[in-house]
Amino acid sequence: MALNQLPKPTPQHSTATAAGGVAEETHDHHDQPPRGALRWLLTTNHKEIGSMYLIFSLTMFFIGGIFALVVRAELFQPGLQLVQPEFFNQMTTMHGLIMVFGAVMPAFVGLANWMVPLQVGAPDMALPRLNNFSFWLLPVAFTLLLSTLLMPGGGPNFGWTFYAPLSTTYGPPSTTFFILSLHIAGISSILGAINIIATILNMRAPGMRMMDMPLFVWTWLITAFLLIAVMPVLAGVITMMLMDINFGTSFFTAAGGGDPVLFQHLFWFFGHPEVYIMILPAFGIVSAIIPTFARKPLFGYASMVYATASIAILSFLVWAHHMFVVGMPLVAELFFMYTTMLIAIPTGVKVFNWIATLFRGSITFETPMLFALAFVVLFTIGGFSGLMLAISPADFQYHDTYFVVAHFHYVLVPGAVFSIMAAVYYWLPKWTGHYADERLGQWHFWTSVIGVNLTFFPMHFSGLAGMPRRIPDYSLQFADFNMVSSLGAFMFGASQLIFVWVIIKCVRGGVKAPAQAWEGAGDLEWTVPSPAPLHTFETPPEFKPTSH
Amino acid sequence: MRRKLALMTGAGSLCGVTPALANGWNMPVGVTDVSRDIHSLHMTIFWICVVIGVVVFGVMFYSLLRFRRSRHTDSANFHENTTVEILWTTVPLLILVGMALPATATLRQMYDTSEADLDVMITGQQWRWRYEYLGEDVGFTSSLSTPRAQITGEEERQEHYLLEVDEPLVLPVGRKVRFLMTADDVIHSWWVPELAVKQDTIPGFVNENWVRINEPGIYRGQCAELCGKDHAFMPIVVHAMESDEFDTWLADRKEAAAQEALGVDREWALDELMERGEQVYNSVCASCHQVDGSGSEPAFPALAGNEQLLSDVEFHIDVVLNGVPGTPMAAYRNNMNPVELASVITYERNAWGNETGDAVQPSEIQSRLE
Amino acid sequence: MSGGSYYVPASSKWPALGSAAVGLMMVSLGAVLVHGQGALFMTIGLVAVLAVMWFWFRDVVKESRQGLYDAQMDRSFRWGMGWFIFSEIMFFAAFFGALFYVRTFSLPWLDGEGAKGVASLLWPDFTASWPLLNPPGENVVGPLEVVSPWQLPLVNTIFLISSSITLTISHEALKEGHRATARNWLIGTLALGVCFLIVQGIEYYEAYTHYGITLEAGIYGSTFFLLTGFHGLHVTIGAITLAVLLARLLKGHFTPDDHFAFEAGAWYWHFVDVVWIGLFLFVYVF
Ligand code: HEA
Ligand code: HEA
Ligand code: HEC
Ligand code: CUA
Ligand SMILES: [Cu+2]
Repeated sequence: MALNQLPKPTPQHSTATAAGGVAEETHDHHDQPPRGALRWLLTTNHKEIGSMYLIFSLTMFFIGGIFALVVRAELFQPGLQLVQPEFFNQMTTMHGLIMVFGAVMPAFVGLANWMVPLQVGAPDMALPRLNNFSFWLLPVAFTLLLSTLLMPGGGPNFGWTFYAPLSTTYGPPSTTFFILSLHIAGISSILGAINIIATILNMRAPGMRMMDMPLFVWTWLITAFLLIAVMPVLAGVITMMLMDINFGTSFFTAAGGGDPVLFQHLFWFFGHPEVYIMILPAFGIVSAIIPTFARKPLFGYASMVYATASIAILSFLVWAHHMFVVGMPLVAELFFMYTTMLIAIPTGVKVFNWIATLFRGSITFETPMLFALAFVVLFTIGGFSGLMLAISPADFQYHDTYFVVAHFHYVLVPGAVFSIMAAVYYWLPKWTGHYADERLGQWHFWTSVIGVNLTFFPMHFSGLAGMPRRIPDYSLQFADFNMVSSLGAFMFGASQLIFVWVIIKCVRGGVKAPAQAWEGAGDLEWTVPSPAPLHTFETPPEFKPTSH
Repeated sequence: MRRKLALMTGAGSLCGVTPALANGWNMPVGVTDVSRDIHSLHMTIFWICVVIGVVVFGVMFYSLLRFRRSRHTDSANFHENTTVEILWTTVPLLILVGMALPATATLRQMYDTSEADLDVMITGQQWRWRYEYLGEDVGFTSSLSTPRAQITGEEERQEHYLLEVDEPLVLPVGRKVRFLMTADDVIHSWWVPELAVKQDTIPGFVNENWVRINEPGIYRGQCAELCGKDHAFMPIVVHAMESDEFDTWLADRKEAAAQEALGVDREWALDELMERGEQVYNSVCASCHQVDGSGSEPAFPALAGNEQLLSDVEFHIDVVLNGVPGTPMAAYRNNMNPVELASVITYERNAWGNETGDAVQPSEIQSRLE
Repeated sequence: MSGGSYYVPASSKWPALGSAAVGLMMVSLGAVLVHGQGALFMTIGLVAVLAVMWFWFRDVVKESRQGLYDAQMDRSFRWGMGWFIFSEIMFFAAFFGALFYVRTFSLPWLDGEGAKGVASLLWPDFTASWPLLNPPGENVVGPLEVVSPWQLPLVNTIFLISSSITLTISHEALKEGHRATARNWLIGTLALGVCFLIVQGIEYYEAYTHYGITLEAGIYGSTFFLLTGFHGLHVTIGAITLAVLLARLLKGHFTPDDHFAFEAGAWYWHFVDVVWIGLFLFVYVF
């Protein structure tokens, strides 16, 4: 994309602080923003809130990662060494919950907060106060969730999928608190998603049509739709749990006419779209990074949009592929197998489009690009194992084994998490005004790629050989694979320390970045200075459609 | 000393593993027609994915190398091509249809539970399996038999560590066996890889599945649905016998069951009850209340030195027969015969320093069950 | 789209206070449910949540009346409210889904019908029916009798449907600039809403005392109270909203072409009404 095609940078009101930004506006009768900690607590600025989301998410990633390391340490060799089964189950459960709801989702929301207004040329999110509320609900929710570990009887120990009746009749007393914390996190997600949708639909710069939006914006629009559609279903099902536990109802008890499997249907009606919530924004990020570093426009913009929409629609029709062995009638089994397989097609379109974008480009391999490329390869591997799982008869052998664990970590860790890291390296210059240390970035990348594969690749084998998931101890034939996985996990974990170091270093200084930090980049965010001033696009930019 | 032991077990386990590794990295082919079908389905999809992967990643790495900046400075500007887009939508679709056809056939076969020669009811309980041969009056529970000391590492782990039980499920070769599967408490999942049967057991509902085993042998599996604390310690062992051997076995079991039923009416000595009770206790109750009756507070009460229990036989009998609703303590009245119930209660009242001297008689239990 | 006038508040203390209040409310609700204590804090939490909402909305009202909002801001509110109602629809969809699933699958299976009919092995004496008066388990006592749809529920249906009509009339009047008419019909709407809640209260009382429909009465009681209860909660919220709107109408906040708050409240009320029609049909009639 030639540089002169880019929209002209709009003059900035001020490059300085919050105070300066507002003062120039007509409504200067408003209070000056408070300073210090209060400023963060009370802020309505999308960039500050975005940063808070990202920091929160990183913290949760570490906490969830430490739980994973407890799991991996116990599984290092057969036998019970470090923890008791009760605690092991809590670690597995909390690891899943924290990573999904605390690390990956808030990271994407944080990126959306930062980048969606910048990419559509809006002064802020559509509903800035609501935005702050969505964020501050999260620390409340997760403090409560983590505190259940200290309650008598321990925290949630029934897996992140909390199947009834293990989580209702047989759950620990803290389950009620777990449910309430999930309610709070759910409210946060719904409100956050409403805000993002309103921003995208209503705040685009004059002249920017829907089909001019960067793909990150498109994928988030669709993700936000998924969130609003399914988080309430989660809220509904946990409310039913709450009532079964505390008020003697029988939703999930056959004796009263209910059905434990009803729980699973409701949970996965939420749960499957949920996993796409964790991958669609990743697709958007990769679709921004690959064209930038291939110096070539994204191939098949329109088909990317349609593919994303198809994935979202299909995601409502596949939920019971998580339930192939619960004993559904044959027709249901077939229906869900076919619909699930269909998802491979739009996802394939995406992969092919990325590769076509690379074809005949002029490619360089900076850290963001490395993470994006690793994403394409490793996510696709995870997608292949997903397709194998979708074959219902074969899933009778795969289900609830480490093969499934391998599948979802491939799509989640070198998938979702790598895309987040790619995004961080890609946009750090915009956020801080400095490039991230390239050498450290490369170290981080290579140690992560090796670590991640060492951790999760052997899980395919242990799973196929018959190792069930969620067990603290296993029979001897799985010992070697587990040892390798555990070593890999510690390596991958350690390499994340480099990541933190890179970020801190970059915030504190480094090579200065210009407005257009990457030569091949072409979206609106690159027209504002680096670091982006607190207030941008207070006067909407004139948007001129570029290549797609 | 402990460290030395740990080292030895470590080394021991490595030796034990190496031969297993030779075929321990892929799905087993198994010993039923269905398991073979599933295995070949698995290998087919796997190779299809490998081929697609090689092509896709091949083009990708070619582009990365060929069009890296140092070799290719002017990037092209194309960004659309309807022909290829249609192509790479339809070709995968055809591949998927190709996969779906054999998968559908296999699935239909798996769902055909009709015309079985034998019905076995499988009930999952925290944390053991109960098997009943329907219409034959034979039933028993099957629990982990690996000693605790191996789990904690005080003893060397044996070849079938965690995959061994006190009473395997015995099945005939060559006959179609229908499984009716349910659970008493939470959801479990009965899985034996070599038989390619994995089916959740849902409390209050019944699932069906079936096998026709082609080769005699011993096949091992595990519970495959998180069911609480001892989910990892809930193995399954199936002993597949030649058909006539199986008939003899079944007849013997029937005979033994009949004998035990006769025993209900007679007066049992304390020693006899204690002996039988210890068996039952260690197999059924110890997973929660511990072998030494110490329980693990607060979730599972101690039975050793439990004042309330020892002072009140009625309460004790009632709890064991009827369970405590809403807790993991299940009602055992339908899971055990009067002899087992009487002996386990007697055992609890006289073991671990609980010296009440009470001998609860099977006949007494029998009369309560009616 | 007017350039540069999108209003971005500099900062606000309500969101952060709001999260703290939500946290207090939820934690003490948990304490009440699990440990049976903490009702005081739960009340404080609830009041705090309401207070925060009050102050927050007051700020919004003030800003709106100072003319800080433009048409684009109006659209943001519209999208926001619209998607919020969509999320509410999905919340009820989960409950209706549960109801349909139990009625069309679980109960027939437990009775030996359909693809999973072997389940009846465990419940030989059970026959499925809806309303379910005889739950499968021995320990679960079903309702004695169920509420006839053609008595109180019908009355309530009439109340709610007419309230939607009165609200529409009020809205039309407001658009025409007839403030007094709008006020009267709004009062009527509110009154119908309150009547609905009173009748529902009577019905709950009857359910518990005469019909044996309780939360513990098996799946019928469970779904009955889940659906009608959450609906009732929404009517309550809607009625409070209408009351606030009435106050604002009286204070002259709404003009014929600028009254989004009124419209949002009306959308919400209609949504609650539509949910009730679903409820009336599938909880009471069929
Ligand atoms: C980001 C998250 C994410 C993503 C994107 C996916 C993507 C997919 N998943 Fe995965 N999945 C999870 C997260 C995710 N999954 C999680 C967390 C679980 C476990 C939950 C739990 O139990 O705890 C799970 C479990 C899970 C199961 C249940 C397994 C079991 O418990 O027994 C199944 C079964 O069908 C499945 C299938 C799929 C499929 C078909 C895709 C598809 O979307 C993949 C599509 C992609 C490709 C196929 C690759 C690219 C395509 C091409 C190159 C085109 C050509 C290819 C062909 C024609 C083959 N997943
Ligand atoms: C986005 C989601 C996400 C992410 C990122 C991860 C990341 C990781 N996951 Fe997990 N995982 C899930 C989602 C995720 N997981 C889910 C949903 C489940 C299912 C739960 C269930 O069954 O209910 C699961 C289950 C699961 C299991 C199965 C547990 C079981 O069945 O009992 C295992 C086992 O190895 C595992 C491992 C790991 C590891 C090693 C990482 C690593 O990538 C983590 C790396 C991060 C760190 C290690 C932290 C950062 C570093 C430090 C703290 C520095 C200090 C460290 C050193 C010096 C070494 N995960
Ligand atoms: C799945 C776990 C589990 C198993 C297996 C189990 N129990 Fe229990 N048992 C419990 C729990 C939990 C309680 C406490 C119930 C309560 O809260 O009152 C309990 C309570 C008891 C009590 C009453 C003790 C008291 O102080 O209240 C007795 C007696 C008892 N069990 C006997 C047995 C016997 C005999 C068996 C085996 C046949 C057995 N239990 C198997 C979990 C179990
Ligand atoms: Cu039983 Cu897991
Ligand atoms: Cu899924």
